Amino acid sequence: MSNNTPDTEWPLWEVFIQPKPGAPHEHCGSVHAVDAEQALLNARDVYARRNEGIHLWVVPTQSITGSTPDDVGPFFDPANDKAYRHPQFYKTPKGVKVY
Amino acid sequence: MSLSAYLLRLGDDRLILGHRLSEWCGHGPILEEDIALANIALDLIGQANLLLELAGKEEGQGRTADALAYFREAVEFRNALMMELPRGDFAFTTTRQFLVSVFEVLHLERLQASKHHDLAGMAAKAFKETRYHARHSVDWMLKLGDGTAESHDRAQAALDELWRFTAELFESDDIERQIVAEGIAVDREALRAPWLAEITRVLTAATLKLPDGGFMQRGGREGRHTEHLGHLLAEMQIVARSYPGAEW
Repeated sequence: MSNNTPDTEWPLWEVFIQPKPGAPHEHCGSVHAVDAEQALLNARDVYARRNEGIHLWVVPTQSITGSTPDDVGPFFDPANDKAYRHPQFYKTPKGVKVY
Repeated sequence: MSLSAYLLRLGDDRLILGHRLSEWCGHGPILEEDIALANIALDLIGQANLLLELAGKEEGQGRTADALAYFREAVEFRNALMMELPRGDFAFTTTRQFLVSVFEVLHLERLQASKHHDLAGMAAKAFKETRYHARHSVDWMLKLGDGTAESHDRAQAALDELWRFTAELFESDDIERQIVAEGIAVDREALRAPWLAEITRVLTAATLKLPDGGFMQRGGREGRHTEHLGHLLAEMQIVARSYPGAEW
């Protein structure tokens, strides 16, 4: 795999923020940092200074395995014509609170 | 009167240090650190704004925070000398921030219990901000001190240069002792031991050497400043003085 990043560049970390209690952590961007503590501090300064959330995760970008553009067909297209995988065909019983 | 003098000291410390930090805006070593320094600068200037507003109110001559920030001469400023020293290299800025932030965490923690309601409120807000400033600068001291030979030498040089300005942080006088007795201000002298303990802990971990006592500089609280403050004020005040009363 080609790597155009000069090796003087600090490692990249992906940042995830939890907007409020109970909500899932959402990816919000990335920062450079030499270790986890610095990644956390940089994430705080770059992504959490306008009251965006209550909890942060930082993950080394290298630790994330992603699907490739070539995977789009086999991974996602088969879902197109399988509407029965969605739950809207089920009637919600009376008394059940709908979220 | 003594209360407004005390508030002016607290406010000027933050205004001048905040301005020095703001000089890094656009010049940080990496984007993330550039934003971090600007964030801290804004926190300090925000605290200065509250404190100078209070100082003006206690003084009772109708001076606003802006009037105090932009229309006083160098001899009227009451910040500790350490705050006005030029920003130097990144190690110098970081080391100063470390020495001051550790002091301010201890100071603000206690100031939250002030009998002066507005001052206690300011302290509660500033305490949270400053705990972050301390964590940020401690992390950098460890990285610079225990990093490369060059980063170690630069951090040690900054420490040796700054050390003679540290005693002023703990200096008290009759003005302060009176309002300490009234339960409004914090006894600075009592902060020296816990400050030194924390500084020593971090420097040891960072493989840096605690400087020897030696001669200590003072004079900022009485308006006797280094030559650097005048240059800083010229830049900080020129817009407000060129266009008095201007708003945007």
